[in-house]
Amino acid sequence: MITVDKEKCTGCGLCEKACPFGAIKIMEKIAVIGDECTLCGACVDQCSLKAISIQRKKLKDVDLSQYQDVWIVAEIKDDKVRNVSFELLGKAIELADELMQNPCVLLIGNNVKKFTQEFSNRGAKTIYIAENEDLKEYHTETYSSVITGIISKYKPNIVLYPATISGRDLAPRVAATLELGLTADCTGLSIKEGLLLQTRPAFGGNIMADIICPITRPQMATVRPNVMEMASIKDNGNAEITEIPVNLDLQSLKVKTKEIISVSSSECGIPVCEADIIVSGGRGVGCQENFKILEDLANVLKGAVGASRAAVDLGWIPKSQQVGQSGTTVSPRIYIACGISGTIQHLVGMKSSDIIIAINKDPEAPIFSVANYGIVGDLCEVVPLLTKALKKKLSEN
Amino acid sequence: MRFIVCVKQVPDTTEVKIDPETNTLIREGVPSILNPFDQFALEEAIKIKQENDEIVAISMGPPQAKKALLKCLALGADKAILLSDKAFSGADTWATSYTLTQCIRKIGVFNIIFCGLQAIDGDTAQVGPEIAAQLGIPQITYVESIEKLEGKKLEAKVQTDDGYKIVEAKLPALITGITPSSFEPTNPPMMNIMKANKKPFSTWTIGDLGGSIDNYGLNGSLTEVIKVYSPPARQQGVVIKEEKSEAAVQKLIELLSKDKVI
Repeated sequence: MITVDKEKCTGCGLCEKACPFGAIKIMEKIAVIGDECTLCGACVDQCSLKAISIQRKKLKDVDLSQYQDVWIVAEIKDDKVRNVSFELLGKAIELADELMQNPCVLLIGNNVKKFTQEFSNRGAKTIYIAENEDLKEYHTETYSSVITGIISKYKPNIVLYPATISGRDLAPRVAATLELGLTADCTGLSIKEGLLLQTRPAFGGNIMADIICPITRPQMATVRPNVMEMASIKDNGNAEITEIPVNLDLQSLKVKTKEIISVSSSECGIPVCEADIIVSGGRGVGCQENFKILEDLANVLKGAVGASRAAVDLGWIPKSQQVGQSGTTVSPRIYIACGISGTIQHLVGMKSSDIIIAINKDPEAPIFSVANYGIVGDLCEVVPLLTKALKKKLSEN
Repeated sequence: MRFIVCVKQVPDTTEVKIDPETNTLIREGVPSILNPFDQFALEEAIKIKQENDEIVAISMGPPQAKKALLKCLALGADKAILLSDKAFSGADTWATSYTLTQCIRKIGVFNIIFCGLQAIDGDTAQVGPEIAAQLGIPQITYVESIEKLEGKKLEAKVQTDDGYKIVEAKLPALITGITPSSFEPTNPPMMNIMKANKKPFSTWTIGDLGGSIDNYGLNGSLTEVIKVYSPPARQQGVVIKEEKSEAAVQKLIELLSKDKVI
């Protein structure tokens, strides 16, 4: 519940300005809180008179200290560890150090034991292995029941999942089954007063929120790929290995895969969510053939080819490469937007990139408002020249 | 069959602007709309609906969220239920999914629950799977389209990291996703808006849903937002305008080297 102390409130209006949801109105010199209030607490922080307070539930009567260690759920794809798993481990090591606990990896799948050394060399202290032929393909039902069981038994303090298609399917299923808090798509994680402080964008990237999970364990979050630094390879690690027996019955699955339709993404290089550098094209590319120009640049930079919704809708490039609100949200080190005007839905999906370079004919295109560097010009001319110049530059370095 | 569509009224985040001087959100004039992704999910339900099927749209929100539900009715939902109570406010995804689950249990028999890909204000995509987990029914997320609906089986085309897959699910099930080819949600014709007002609409409070008050709203929330702030503003960039592309590219390369980007 949120209350305004009428004695203390002077109607200064600071809270009205601070409210991201427009829920506060000053009426007769008193702040009045409307139904739009989500109890986010932005106003409480702003009020220097301490006139606004939010009453929250007290801690659950559970011994939270029995929950130890920082876990990550590794994602394996096409018999390879996805980079995001090493990014999660890098963060887990940092958090575990701060808490004086251990960074641990949960490897789940078929034939995944062979990856233990990779994680061990990158600093994992304990590796839990849930291996079974029937875990070859990701199914919500099997993966969530296995992980739910493991969490209940081993009681980790923190569990991090990749915010990938399967991670975003899995984590909420596990969280709701165990009645745990879960924060989606975190872009920042740290420890504050012993708790996991989770930072995430909301409101189409227009606001940031810091979130904690004070009363349940483990504290769980999904983490955006490509935001955290990968754990570096140190030496021959000797992580402890715990194998967990798994029994499954695929016959009882309620959702079964009938057919897998892979869209060839070879010409697009790596998936956009994992790429460090993305060269994206929009309607301004003009035709499917012109995407070749973008591929050449991506190849030189060892990056991925992305696209705006317009280019996907025109059938120039598969949907898996789409960047934006209804595609993938990306935050690479360098994002090169070619012939993309920059609709708000596209900007939401890429504006947290470190460096944005825009190439567009129209000097008024909104994409220039978020770009660090822009060239006003014809991409069919500019991009090949850029490819050539970068190739030369990179060979000199 | 009965389809339940879970919807949310959201501020139109595409209308949100940032005050360049204070780096805070300018909220004035930002309309509240039916979450576009929820509308797409509803439209998919309407598409597969047969003569005797019923579509129930449900939403948790303040009294003014009725407007979003009226739009659902105008678009083709048969019934709408608004879950509105002071006790529901401040809900995180767990408390929200609990509230919607209680509502679905009270509605009784259903075959498919539809949720949008995610809400454009929170972007979490968590409420759908959390409802499915609480109801103990299968979930299919990132659905592109429903391919087939026969008896107690549903076939859906689902997005994967490198393409699609076709899955078959036993009903009842919950699906999330559905993104149509155009992002601009359509508006129902005037005639249907008039008719919407005559369709069954109810408002349920905590008394209707039952269960412990400790599970709703802020009390039931397991996560706590401790700070909300604006992200650092992007610095003003350099826009290169040159007569010749060669000159522009050369200038860009110089800047990139100077700033140690490459």
